[in-house]
Order: sequence, then structure tokens, then C-alpha cells
Amino acid sequence: MKGTVSILLVGVGGQGTILASKILTDVAMRQGYDVKMTEIHGMAQRGGSVVTQVRMGEKVHSPLIEPGQADYIVAFEQLEALRWMHFLNETGTVVVNTQRIMPMTVIIGAAEYPGDALEQIKAGAPNMVQLDALEIAKQLGNMRVVNVVLLGAMAKQMDIPKEDWLAGLEATVPARFLELNRQAFQAGYDS
Amino acid sequence: MTKALLTGNEAIARGAYEYGVSVASAYPGTPSTEILENIANYKEIRAQWSPNEKVALEVAIGASIAGARALVAMKHVGVNVAADPLFTFTYTGVNGGLVLISADDPGMHSSQNEQDNRIYARFAKIGLLEPTNSQEAKDMVGQALAISERFDVPVMLRTTTRVSHSKTLVELGEPQERTLKEYKKDARKYVAVPANAKARTGVKEQRLLEMAEFSEQTELNQIEWNEKKIGVVTSGIVYEYVKEALPEASILKLGFTNPLPLKKIASFAAEVEQLWVIEELEPFMEDQIRAAGITVHGGKAELTRLGEYSPSLLRKAVLGIDSTAKAPVAAPIRPPVLCPGCPHRGAFYALKNNRKLVTGDIGCYTLGSLAPLESLDTTICMGASIPVALGMEKARPDQAENLVAVIGDSTFLHSGITGLIDTVYNKGTATIMILDNSITAMTGHQHHAATGQTLQGEPASQVDFEALCRAVGVKRVRVVDPGDLAALDQAIKEETAVREPSVIIARRPCALIVKQTEPRLRVNHDACTGCRMCMRIGCPAISFADKKSTIDPALCVGCGLCQQVCKFGAIVPEEGQ
Repeated sequence: MKGTVSILLVGVGGQGTILASKILTDVAMRQGYDVKMTEIHGMAQRGGSVVTQVRMGEKVHSPLIEPGQADYIVAFEQLEALRWMHFLNETGTVVVNTQRIMPMTVIIGAAEYPGDALEQIKAGAPNMVQLDALEIAKQLGNMRVVNVVLLGAMAKQMDIPKEDWLAGLEATVPARFLELNRQAFQAGYDS
Repeated sequence: MTKALLTGNEAIARGAYEYGVSVASAYPGTPSTEILENIANYKEIRAQWSPNEKVALEVAIGASIAGARALVAMKHVGVNVAADPLFTFTYTGVNGGLVLISADDPGMHSSQNEQDNRIYARFAKIGLLEPTNSQEAKDMVGQALAISERFDVPVMLRTTTRVSHSKTLVELGEPQERTLKEYKKDARKYVAVPANAKARTGVKEQRLLEMAEFSEQTELNQIEWNEKKIGVVTSGIVYEYVKEALPEASILKLGFTNPLPLKKIASFAAEVEQLWVIEELEPFMEDQIRAAGITVHGGKAELTRLGEYSPSLLRKAVLGIDSTAKAPVAAPIRPPVLCPGCPHRGAFYALKNNRKLVTGDIGCYTLGSLAPLESLDTTICMGASIPVALGMEKARPDQAENLVAVIGDSTFLHSGITGLIDTVYNKGTATIMILDNSITAMTGHQHHAATGQTLQGEPASQVDFEALCRAVGVKRVRVVDPGDLAALDQAIKEETAVREPSVIIARRPCALIVKQTEPRLRVNHDACTGCRMCMRIGCPAISFADKKSTIDPALCVGCGLCQQVCKFGAIVPEEGQ
């Protein structure tokens, strides 16, 4: 692996970005990497924009990912992908859930949701993977596994053995939800 | 050696476990809250939520004087509340070691101000430690306690949001034995009356000199030699940014920052061409370094007092390299919102409809200031809502019938009660609404003295708000369900009309802690006239398109508020639930 890999997980408070980042950091530790992860709690949890930053490598100093530095962006929602696009580097990959969640600014008519968000993301991303993770999760019978579906889609783009991902899932997800999450991961991986 | 990926807060809790803390106390506040939540997992530590930071520190002081190692944790503004005991405890000194965790919030991710609490350490003349990562956060709990006991002084361990809420690798150690130091009555030390405190002043000043010498010697303050063109004095998380942005620089990394090792800094400065002092927020170190006659090449004049730093900010300021890549794409902002089913929504909707002047407080309900509810006129600090309303009434008696103070249950216990007593005593007539959602919600659902459970979830006694308000002299106390808009409206109209203080307790548990029992709602598009009344409550589950409202079934919890504002009966239960 080259120097440090930087991954942004972005979404809306309540979408499950935190569990996804737990699995991701567990997998990174299995590679023997130094890992740093930072996220902001508090106000942002109440339906606001949320971002989790994960960096892994031989030696990681700053936990912060800066504009133009992210190797991967996993976006749980279109508008949030757009908001963080300038963080992607020249060879970066964005995995975007096509789900749209209206922010309050749009709901009250103070702003308009960009209809061409996906086109804008595509134009700015060297590599882009889009999937309807919510629909996939619904078909699996639980809307809450959107996060693991997206993780599966990202795993396919990364150079980490699949068995390490599955081990990370097993270490992180409660036993009674493990099978469901395995299916969700696989569905994202195959999408 | 077992390694774990821990947040700074989890690491501090682990440090409390490994380094013999027996008593820990706190009031929740971002970014400090998870420290006590994690300490609660260690059965060896008697840990508790206190009603506010002053009480929490006093509990820790009692434990220290009794001979135990004690930890108290709070967010930066909490230290303002705890400052009174802190500034005198620095005279008496400790018995068992005492560490005060101050979690500062540069960038104000979740705070009403951006104060730099390192200045408190200098003001109170106590020791100050600043961890860079979770490993140091854990280790420094032990070092802080040892310093506290060695110099007979409380010690501040100051984190920032990026340390408290970042996960980095930590080596786990075995817990040391928990022992109590002997307690002997020593009134000349622990009874801070003028005669005793005067005698302690000399002790305090002597101890500061000894700590300054310690600061020169300790491994907590280390030079990392590299090229000598640029030398950086730094501390805390900023050290990591310096390592990343200026890999060739020599660094004097300070872990113990009060008192500063000025001799060490002077000798470091003499070896490098350009001395930079790089620290977030105030020029805490820089001012002292300049005052010591050391030439500083770069600091606050080149950087900023505001917000968080980052490697790119340092590259630009120090090296003149602008590494900013693409500009951000314009995207509508997504502010935090009151959750679907939040009981505060009804309260703010009713207050807005009654056009009241509303003094606010600190909690989820501060979000009532955002569109479309926009109901708050003021928010200052914990507990300010009630006295601010009283002061407004004193200044403008004609506004008496217009004033409502809103305050949450946890905040009322924290510091609202004294304001209520003042209102009664000084003949205020404002209406006080206690928005009782029966939990400390904003910080992630912590128990308090009125929830009936302790930090560990054990049963506890429960403050009776109605009886408490009556006991301080409020004759008009009524309880309403904020899910019932008509009842709320009536209560607000009646209570603001009377010329005496009154309390409305708007009681309904936080929507995130109750299991949904009401059926989800949907909009019957045949009946919907597109009047947008339901949009006025600001529910994130309701959107408007093609001249009709729609409810997102994934978000709706069936609270029924939108049903109450719809004049056309267009909002109905979803079938088949």
C-alpha cells in the first residue's frame, strides 16, 4: 500500500456511518496498519451532515483528511457526496448511495436540492460507483443495513482481502445480525 | 501487549482504571461526555453524574481530601461553572491525586463559545497536561495524578474535540492497586479561612517554582531534533499537524504546559533559525515565550486565533505553500434539526403562534432557534433562560406578559433552580416552561437526578419538579403534554396573562428513547390542498412537492403533531400497521 490511505464516510445523522467506520477501522487494524479515525458528535447527530474520517498506513500523524486528499469517499446520500467532492484526490473513488434525503433548508423552500447531483459527482470523480443501497437493504428486509451494503461496494474497490472484511464484520456486528450483515456486504460487493 | 483503537475519551477512562482512580464525577457536555460513560464500565470506580460541574468537582475534591485518587470531567464551559471550588482547592491542595479533564472545543462543533481553558491553569496556578493522541491521553491520566500528589496540587488534563473524538491505537496496561491515602484532620490545610489561606499562599507560590523546574526536566517536554531552519514549539493535537505539514522541522513538543519550561524553550530557540509557536486558539504559550524575551519568528500574527488548525493551514502559513485543491461545490446546507416526534417541536410551534419573547437555554431545544420554528430570542449559557427573562422584565415591565423562559429538565437541575428562586423572590412574573423530556438528550441520553436512574442504570430517587417549583414559592405549576397543541396553547395564554410567576412543565419523553407505539402517518393526497400548514412545524419527515405534502414512512414516528395543524384532515394513519 502506498503511504497513507484516506477514506471519508459522509452522510446524514442517523444513517449508520459510525458502525461502518468501526468495521472499516477493524479491517484496517487486521492489515497491521496504524489507524486514526475522527468524527464529530453532538449537534451533528440530529439529522445534520455527518462525516467520519479514517486514515490508515504505516504511520499516520494527522487524523484529518483535507481537500484533495481522500482516496475514497463513501457517501450515504447524494447531496452529502456533492458537499465533500472537493476532498477527493486525482485518482480517487467515490461510492455513492443514490438515496436522497431532503435537508431542512430544502424542506422549507430556502434552497433547492440539486437535481443533477449524480452528474456533478460523476464529472468531478475519477472513479464513481453508484448504487441504490436503500433499495438493496429493503430487499434484504432491513433498511438499517444500508451502511454495510455501501461498505461492501467500497470493499470491492479496495485492495484488502475479502476474508478480512468478513472477519471485521464478525468482530463488530452483534451475532444475531451477523448473517443479515454478511448478505448486505455481499450484495454491495456484487452490485 | 494488547492494543485497542480508542477515542481520547475512552483512553482517559482506561487511564482512570489503570492508574488507581477510585471516584469519578461529571456533568455531560460535548466533547467530554463519553469519559464518564466509559468509566462506568469499570466496577472498581465509584462514578456518577452530578447535577453540574461545580458539584462534580466538589465531589472529586471530597474524595481527594479523603485520600482517594479522583477524576472529574467536563466540557470547557463547565470549568466556568466549577471555577469557584477550583480556585480555592488550588490553595488547600490535595490528598489523593485529583485530575480535572477539560475538553475544549476549537471550531465550536458543539459549543456556544471557543474559550481556551489552558488560561485557567495559569490563572489557578495548577499543572496542565495536553495529550496529542489517545495513548498520551491514557498515560497522562497517570502522570497527572502523580504530579498532583507530588506537588500537592490539582492538575488539569486538557483535551480538544480532535483528541477526545479521534480514535488512535492504545497499548492497554494492567490496573495498579487502588489504595486510599491516610486521612488526618488538618484544618490549617483544608479549612480555607483567611488566616489559613494566607499561609497557603506561600505554599502555592513555592510549588509553582518547583513545578517550573519539573517542567524543565520532565520527559513530557521533549525536543525532536531535525533540520534547524524551522523550530516549532507546539502541544496537543497540533503536534500531529506539524509532523505532517513540516516533516523537516525540529519540534519542541510540550506535554506539560503550565508552568512552561522557559529555559528549555530558550535553548531550543537559540539553536534554530526561525522559532515558530504553533497552538490553536489563544497565544497561551507564545505570549509567555515572548514575555521571557525569546524571539518568536511566527505565531498568531501568521496563523489565527479562530477554529481548528490543519496541516494545510500550517503549510500555507509557515512555508507559503497553498495546497488547497478544488473549490467546494455549492450544496444546500444541512443543519441539525429536531428529530421526528421531538416533543420540543410542539412547544416551539405554540410559542411562535403566540408571538412570545422567548429566552432559551442549552440543549436540543436550542435548535428551536432555527427555521422554520425560529422561536428563541436569546441563548447564553446553562441556566440563563430564567434570569435573563427576569432581567428583561425589570428593564421592560411592559413586556411582562410576553416573556417565556424555556429550559430542559437536565439544565433546570444544573443551574435553572436558582434563577427560578430569584424570579419568585424578586417578584418576576415570567412564565417558565420546563421542557421535560426526561433525559439529558443533546449529549446522547444521560441520566440525571430526575430520571430515576444512576450513571450505571441503577434505580435512584427522582426529583419531583412540581413539588420543587412549589417549594420555592411558585403557586401556579401545571403539567401539559407538548404533543397536545391545544392544551399547550391554552396553558401559554393563561400563564402568561397572570401577574405572578408560573411554571408550565411540558412533559413527554425524548422521541429517541421511547419505542414507537403510534401508527405512522401518511398524507391523503386527495384531501391535501397544498396549504403548507404542516410544513410550518419543521418536521424532517414531511416534504412538499407538486403542490402536495408527503410523509416519509421511514422517518415518521406517528407523533401526530402534523395531524393537529392540518385543517383538512388530510393526514391519516398508514393502513396495514
